[in-house]
Amino acid sequence: MISNKDVQNLAELSRIEVKEEELENIRQKLEGILAYVSEVQDLAKEKISSDTSDVGENHNVFREDVEPHEGGKYTEGLIQNAPNKEGNYVKVRKIL
Amino acid sequence: MIHLTELTIAKARKSLDSGEFTAVELAQAYLEAIKEKNGEIFAYLEVFDDVLEQAKRADEMIKTGKGSPMTGIPMAIKDNMLIEGKESTSASKILKGHIGTYDATVIAKLKTAGAVFLGRTNMDEFAMGSSTETSAYGKTKNPRDTARVPGGSSGGSAAAVASDMALVALGSDTGGSIRQPAAFCGIVGMKPSYGAVSRFGLMAMASSLDQIGPFTKTVEDAEIVFEAIRGCDPLDSTTIPENLVLKNKKTTWIPAQGRNDGSEAKKIKIGIPRDFLSMKGLDPRVLENFEDTIKKLEAKGYEIVDVSLPYMKYSLATYYIIMPAEVSSNLARFDGVRFGLSVQGADVSDSYKKTRAQGFGEEVRRRILLGAYVLSAGYADAYYRNALKARKLIRKDFERVFKEVDLIATPTTPSPAFKIGEKMNDPLQMYLADIFTVPANMAELPAISVPSGTVEEEGKQLPLGFHLIAPYFGEEILFKVGREIS
Repeated sequence: MISNKDVQNLAELSRIEVKEEELENIRQKLEGILAYVSEVQDLAKEKISSDTSDVGENHNVFREDVEPHEGGKYTEGLIQNAPNKEGNYVKVRKIL
Repeated sequence: MIHLTELTIAKARKSLDSGEFTAVELAQAYLEAIKEKNGEIFAYLEVFDDVLEQAKRADEMIKTGKGSPMTGIPMAIKDNMLIEGKESTSASKILKGHIGTYDATVIAKLKTAGAVFLGRTNMDEFAMGSSTETSAYGKTKNPRDTARVPGGSSGGSAAAVASDMALVALGSDTGGSIRQPAAFCGIVGMKPSYGAVSRFGLMAMASSLDQIGPFTKTVEDAEIVFEAIRGCDPLDSTTIPENLVLKNKKTTWIPAQGRNDGSEAKKIKIGIPRDFLSMKGLDPRVLENFEDTIKKLEAKGYEIVDVSLPYMKYSLATYYIIMPAEVSSNLARFDGVRFGLSVQGADVSDSYKKTRAQGFGEEVRRRILLGAYVLSAGYADAYYRNALKARKLIRKDFERVFKEVDLIATPTTPSPAFKIGEKMNDPLQMYLADIFTVPANMAELPAISVPSGTVEEEGKQLPLGFHLIAPYFGEEILFKVGREIS
């Protein structure tokens, strides 16, 4: 149902490094779970739309675009949480 | 000497207001209990260093007549809710050292009310688990039998209240993470209707399912905490405005005096989904205890009827598709750039992969991969879309049945607390611990677990929970009937 190559591909999509020797264990556990959750496929023929979500009660949530919090109020705390920083900047790896 | 075992919010309120003891003395009593017991139970990841200062402020509020029901009440907070200036890690290595830059809405409300936060409690990593064993920081033990798990994911909060290391606590419930540990530890745990309590400042696991709720010793206390934290919040657009709740009377619970069809004279009806209770794997002692509780309710004048919810059996499978799908998206933000652990790799992509491989534990990694699978192009129709259909059908099942009955009852869990390590190697067995609690999350309904007795195993009395589900925004009837059980 799911191969080690599939697991490797999912890990790549999820940006999680998986070592060769971990693949088989992960595959087995995922396969067990997928076999269980496959019972929802019984419902494939049900004539009910899956397109719209009706979580909670649908209502519009708008507000006027006014009264922002004062500039810089959270900056120091947020920067403090970054593992790599310089002054008021978060330092990231070169991407080009 | 304050007797913590017998203490409730209502009793503490009386003593605090009459000056029998101060908030500082009450906080000190809990700090001493923590000092004595936390080494063994490991309910708390951290005890805050400003507890007595918080309590002094509460005393000031009481003295100047500015108190409210929660003023001076010592609480434990699950480690996935932000408190400004305090560490919050969701019990994950990837967030070690992360400091909250603002208060979650529930925290802000409780601060204003003068509640005292004792510390942050252990949990399954990012709330993913049913035993608190997936925490990156250690295992919490069940105070009723330390060889057993406290349940999860809010196991630390449940254990703190059950061992009198906090008067009440907050947890979060995505598929049973408040109700299941409450049942395992012998206390009350409640999940509000989706949208009743703000999720702002709660670290998201599965956004369409997560709700914050209370752990308490009595149903009355659960109602007091719920009243203190609920309400529409401009910072969480999924919270429901009061007028909308009242407008939607078709699916919401209407107090008997508000009904126009003369039904106020009728008894409150409780439905039992019999076909769902005949599942294999249900401990016969749990069923027996459940039937005994039902008999007691019948003797008190409640009408008991059988109901059929044919789609309920799909709840757990549906949950293990929708939840990981949302997890894989929500946890994409942990990239080692903005907070927490950062492992440097050969390039930017390699840095992400190494950070996430080392920062996330096995269960979190598994759910992210599972989510990526059920959402991927080739499989989304078979899994994710069918799960969305199932969720709608489950919700419709409940809506139909709630035209006939006022509440639905099941056991909270299929068994009492299991042993530490027993299910760690078999994720599917672990997931089955939530079979009775997940349906309420799928249908966004409020539900409560109330202690209903114990079974003896190896000389220890293991608690069981009685589980009630109410119609959308039917918290009032949940508390009313819940009080009759405890």
